Amino acid sequence: MATTTVHEASTGTRPARRSPDRSGRGGYWFYLIPGAVLFLGVIVVPFFMNLYFSMTRWAGIGDPQWIGLDNYVRLLSDATFWMSFRNSIAMIVAMVVVPTLIGLLLAAVLFDFLGKRFDGRVASILRATYYLPQILPVAVAGILWGWILNPQTGALNVTLRQLGLEQLALNWLGDTSTALPTVMMVMIWVQIGYPVVIFMAALQRVDPELYEAAELDGAGWFRRFRAITIPQIKPETFVVTLTCTIAALKVFGPIFVLTRGGPENSTNVPSYFAYQNFFARSQVGYGAAIATVLTVIVIIVSIAFIRFQMASERKESR
Amino acid sequence: MTTEPVVLGRTPLAPGAAGPDRPGPSGAAGADRSRDRLHRGSLRWLVLAVTVLVAAAMMVPFAIMLLNAFKSPADYSANGPLSLPTSLYTDGLVNFWNRVDYPGKLANSIVISGSVAILATVVSLFNAYALGIGRVKGRMWIVTLFLLANMLPQEALVYPLYFLAKETGLYNTQLSVIIIFTVIQSAFGTYLLSSVLSTFPPSVLEAAALDGASRWQVLWRVVFPISRPTLAVLVIFFFIWTWNEFFIPLVMLIDNATQTIPVALASLQGDRLMDAPTINAGSLISLLPAVIFFFIFQRTLTRGITAGAVK
Repeated sequence: MATTTVHEASTGTRPARRSPDRSGRGGYWFYLIPGAVLFLGVIVVPFFMNLYFSMTRWAGIGDPQWIGLDNYVRLLSDATFWMSFRNSIAMIVAMVVVPTLIGLLLAAVLFDFLGKRFDGRVASILRATYYLPQILPVAVAGILWGWILNPQTGALNVTLRQLGLEQLALNWLGDTSTALPTVMMVMIWVQIGYPVVIFMAALQRVDPELYEAAELDGAGWFRRFRAITIPQIKPETFVVTLTCTIAALKVFGPIFVLTRGGPENSTNVPSYFAYQNFFARSQVGYGAAIATVLTVIVIIVSIAFIRFQMASERKESR
Repeated sequence: MTTEPVVLGRTPLAPGAAGPDRPGPSGAAGADRSRDRLHRGSLRWLVLAVTVLVAAAMMVPFAIMLLNAFKSPADYSANGPLSLPTSLYTDGLVNFWNRVDYPGKLANSIVISGSVAILATVVSLFNAYALGIGRVKGRMWIVTLFLLANMLPQEALVYPLYFLAKETGLYNTQLSVIIIFTVIQSAFGTYLLSSVLSTFPPSVLEAAALDGASRWQVLWRVVFPISRPTLAVLVIFFFIWTWNEFFIPLVMLIDNATQTIPVALASLQGDRLMDAPTINAGSLISLLPAVIFFFIFQRTLTRGITAGAVK
């Protein structure tokens, strides 16, 4: 961003003697037209339509009936709605907190410990292995896990029974007490590779002299990890936590293929709850209200994150 | 290390060759010793074992899938999921292939993802040309708007999009999904590419303008070739992201003739005829394109992930 302002300043003093620019900036607007038309039709108009739907009672056919904020009032006393947001917090734990912590540790170990003690290929093969679940279509990963976790015929329970551990062969995704933790485990598996790859790339940016100096001063691996690695890759940590938090709030595919929100809504999340109302229950207005609340939360979380980052950057530069 | 004996043999007395002899506690020898220390010790093997164990644990689902994709149901119920198949059983694969019309779904996925990748990159380039190089008024607001659109949950758009698609006759056509994802992906592309192009050397643009090039020519003959590496990363990203998309294709594509691979696989879920080999072989050939694509473009991708992170 710093470079932007520099260029701006330098071109700002010049236009008088730069004849090709006489046609003015307006000429560039032309290039925004295709993007703007598409953006209007696919994002802006649907967004406001959704806002309007959220204030109506509508089954998807006939005319929507205006009911003001009734849908939002109804949400406040809907146990499933609150449950879905509680599960969002579980998704944030499984998709942000745990993968970021494990990813930080794995990336530092791979880059700073194994990378120096073994051939560089060892670290990059391990990195690619951790990243593999990330490249699968999430629906495919969900189908595979759904079969592995099937209570009767799935690989996990068949293996447990073969080992004589019948009492451990639970109905993983079908029991209210195990469904959410099981989905969380699957999401951790899906998610871990992302922070590992980003953090390893980030570490390449860090000046190796910092580590060498700390090592000469007798700092052990863990002290270097805490005093150098973590502060140095703060910008990347920030990007990872923000993008993963938004992804966790929006998670849909894995829930759809693993549990369909069940049993008894114990794994329902806002996006799936909205989908149910849109397409299964024909309560379009109510679904639109859920989607709107989710949107507001995503925007608040993003703004909070960005302000927090700006504040911490300001504190550092002081 | 392999060159050292040669150096030693050729110029045995040269100061540069003193290193391998390790005569005393000189600076160079000290550094060698510290590298030596790094290569000794059992701790490094322990740490390696732990990280390999984590990697192996993450590979378990893939291993189980491979073991059971070509195992007959009788073999599965007799020997369980962890044994090697006693014979190569391909009925699962054939069953899945025919039931979902795999070649058709593959073609659908390629058409949708390919079109989105190209179109979204072109739209991003146009937008970023106006925002990053043209510096149109209010560009900060426009970029912020695109960024917000990128974060927007698709749930907040899906019903109106479904409704509008039905009104315009685009429902259950690949074109609807192509248009929607062209916009969603280009929202991110515009954001990234605008900041890349805002660092474009102005002297190059001025030189082109002095040569009498029009803006259209500058875009295609100057900006496009120079930013080609970034554009390539965007094309690959958009392809993979669209390939893996699930929610909007699930809503928009209800027909066998239009569905993508992930949607087709998910629609078979819970089907009584889906036995273990069918599910596993189906998962295998459904994730194969993504994995192949990943290995082909791995280098470009890791570069791209990094580019995305330090924005």
